[in-house]
Amino acid sequence: MASLITCPHCGPRPKEEFSIRSDASLTRPAPDADAETWHAYVYLRDNSRGRHREYWHHAAGCRRWLVVERDTQTHVVHSVTDAADATRTRGAA
Amino acid sequence: MRYSALSLLTKALGGNKGWSPAFRSPTPKPHYDVIIVGGGGHGLATAYYLSKVFGITNVAVLEKGYLGSGNIGRNTTIIRSNYLLPGNNPFYELSMKLWEGLEQDFNFNAMVSQRGIVNLFHSDGQRDAYTRRGNAMQLLGVGAELLDRDAVKTMLPFMDFDNARFPILGGLLHRRGGTVRHDAVAWGYARGADSHGVDIIQHCEVTGIRRENGKVTGVETSKGFIGCNRLALAAAGNSTVVADMAGLRLPIESHVLQAFVSEGLKPFIDCVVTFGAGHFYVSQSDKGGLVFGGDIDGYNSYAQRGNLATVEHVAEAGVAMIPSLSRVRVLRSWGGIMDMSMDGSPIIDRTHIDNLYLNAGWCYGGFKATPASGYCFAHLIARNAPHETARAFRLDRFETGRLIDEKGVGAQPNLH
Repeated sequence: MASLITCPHCGPRPKEEFSIRSDASLTRPAPDADAETWHAYVYLRDNSRGRHREYWHHAAGCRRWLVVERDTQTHVVHSVTDAADATRTRGAA
Repeated sequence: MRYSALSLLTKALGGNKGWSPAFRSPTPKPHYDVIIVGGGGHGLATAYYLSKVFGITNVAVLEKGYLGSGNIGRNTTIIRSNYLLPGNNPFYELSMKLWEGLEQDFNFNAMVSQRGIVNLFHSDGQRDAYTRRGNAMQLLGVGAELLDRDAVKTMLPFMDFDNARFPILGGLLHRRGGTVRHDAVAWGYARGADSHGVDIIQHCEVTGIRRENGKVTGVETSKGFIGCNRLALAAAGNSTVVADMAGLRLPIESHVLQAFVSEGLKPFIDCVVTFGAGHFYVSQSDKGGLVFGGDIDGYNSYAQRGNLATVEHVAEAGVAMIPSLSRVRVLRSWGGIMDMSMDGSPIIDRTHIDNLYLNAGWCYGGFKATPASGYCFAHLIARNAPHETARAFRLDRFETGRLIDEKGVGAQPNLH
């Protein structure tokens, strides 16, 4: 795992400045979705071996939520985007 | 061959030439009653108890690497049964009882050492929490003692008792906890299972799970197709990858946990100590090295190596607890892949797919559970019913709300 994460707002910053909030590929279900859908959202994970998107919070920096795309086998960081931009892009796609 | 003082002596006199391998390296048969995926501690223990206690001997253990290359050889060797919740504690206490008789049972020196574990507390709130935990342990027959500051000072005088931020106020002592030589556990179980007819097949990677009419009928491997009546998964950090071959999505994330060993020192710490103001646990091996660890790194990982930031954090916690560690050099560090479940507790259960059984979600507490995990998983596979101490470890508990969240942090694996 790289020790530096390039924050789109702050530039390369040490990993310790961030806290990690798990899988960013999940989509929150509608409030009235059935129990099975909610169970899958809250508890089940793809847990990919390879490319993986994760929420990182730049807690000791700009305090923005970021989406870090990494490889879980090699620890290479592919991209870091602001979570709002990532959501917008995903919404458009 | 049975190991004994006499066999050691006779072989030593013969120049140690007559030893036979502890287990065979068989070629896989076309079909087995039970195939266990994963030749780590849990897989080997399962095979051992299946063949020895439950009478199922037509069993294969498939290991993609070499024996002991996974988490069984990557942990900090601690055994304990100081759990709080009723779903957990009887299971870990069964494990402790199995540890206590293990060496005689499988005729192998695993260096089981019940040297005691002290959990330090640094505030009134923490004392209350440990008192509660100690009481739960007393009620379940585990045994626990609450030590005051002076008692801890007598045991472990070298710690920083007057730390301005985190003074040590006392500790919870779990006398039956301790350490075990971890790789000897793998070898002992492998040898025991092998002597009951189990085939242990190393360097055999499972690449697919074959199903016919919804039922599992065998596995595709790097050594060809092998058929089975029942398939048991004990793949630890790779559980998701293996379960995915059967289309099963798990409540698990894989994370890396690092462990460390220092240069050899003279006898210094004669028990296991855990820091209450940060995550740090340490013991001293018989060779003199301090064996210690801390938190998982926090991000999903399948790489068996960690981050330097975590190394620094662990070292800081260690020095805060024992200032004299500041000049000790770390000899080695390594990482293992933890199958972090969504409530911090394991899963030993059938799956909705016929003939498929799952043993996973051990987080970073799998080593101490090895004997009971093997025993209960073997019970489940042989009888098709859960062992009484492992009833709570259901796969569907995340749907039904019967979580076993020892730490109370919710569905966030990197906090468990």
